[in-house]
Amino acid sequence: MKEVIKRYKYLIVVLALNLLVITVRPETGIAACSFSGRNLLNFLVILAPVFILIGLMDIWVERELMIRIMGNQSGLRGILAAFLLGTITAVPLYALLPVAGVLLRKGSRIANVLIFLCSSAAVRIPLLLFELSSLGWEFTLVRCAANIVVIFAIAFIVDWLLSEEDKEQMYESDDLEKYAKN
Amino acid sequence: MDAVFTYILYGISLGLLGLSFVKDKKKTAMSLKRAWRMFLNVLPQFVAILFLVGLLLTVLNPSAIRQIIGVDSGWGGMLITAFLGAVTLVPALIAFPIAAELLRNGAGLMQLAVFITTLTTVGLVTLPLEIKYLGKKAAILRNVLAFLFSFTVAAVVGLLL
Repeated sequence: MKEVIKRYKYLIVVLALNLLVITVRPETGIAACSFSGRNLLNFLVILAPVFILIGLMDIWVERELMIRIMGNQSGLRGILAAFLLGTITAVPLYALLPVAGVLLRKGSRIANVLIFLCSSAAVRIPLLLFELSSLGWEFTLVRCAANIVVIFAIAFIVDWLLSEEDKEQMYESDDLEKYAKN
Repeated sequence: MDAVFTYILYGISLGLLGLSFVKDKKKTAMSLKRAWRMFLNVLPQFVAILFLVGLLLTVLNPSAIRQIIGVDSGWGGMLITAFLGAVTLVPALIAFPIAAELLRNGAGLMQLAVFITTLTTVGLVTLPLEIKYLGKKAAILRNVLAFLFSFTVAAVVGLLL
């Protein structure tokens, strides 16, 4: 029971919030729910291939290989690999997190996982053209350049602020492990 | 642009799945099973995020955002913009047109830079999910730093443009 509540805690809170809005402001509430419903479909369409890839990666990519590419000793090459992997991906942040989870699970360096996450969120090559056309090349160029510097700053600062204990916990707390055993 | 990317993603994942199937059927079945379990594992939180975003986007629609950010809102406006960007999780495809319109209406470039940066890199709504994958400390640190650094990005934009 406790497990169930823990698992559905956010969902329950959010649905209650939606219900509240529906009772107080029916129009807004119903509009929000139908919007979310449509989004749910969209989201499943994006997530299906992401999870297929995660599953394949989990089974086929050896831990040793991932450690060589993006692990603690991977140095500049690992940083570049994480950055490139991030910038070519254009899925929403919530779909990236499971990917980050698998990267961690396979032994990637924490800074590299963060570089992957941040670069994918802030500098998406597939979306650059779009930004270019709506905001102009000067703005896009400067914003991206500044963001790239910031990505590395964030990744290394977080990595530096985490203690060894925190890091160990990050590698262990991954609850995918629990599911993989079933 | 997003649609094209989705097609490419499908192409890659189905291609690799086929390759995996040819090489080892058992392993392929295992990977699909694991993917399904991982998906079910985070599904409740995903659905929660979606419904929260739906609610936020209905209340904070583009015209509301436009009103809040205003035309000449200075540092105060930038702070509000940053918070708006941090809480809401507007898909970039919707965010850029809003930003372009704000720009046409005279909003500052710095506010826009803050808006876009926090919008894409800081997610209060997705924080619980992020904590699940990265742990509390790393997830919170990442979001706080991304929030603070969005002002650096804005400052650079303001200085250079």
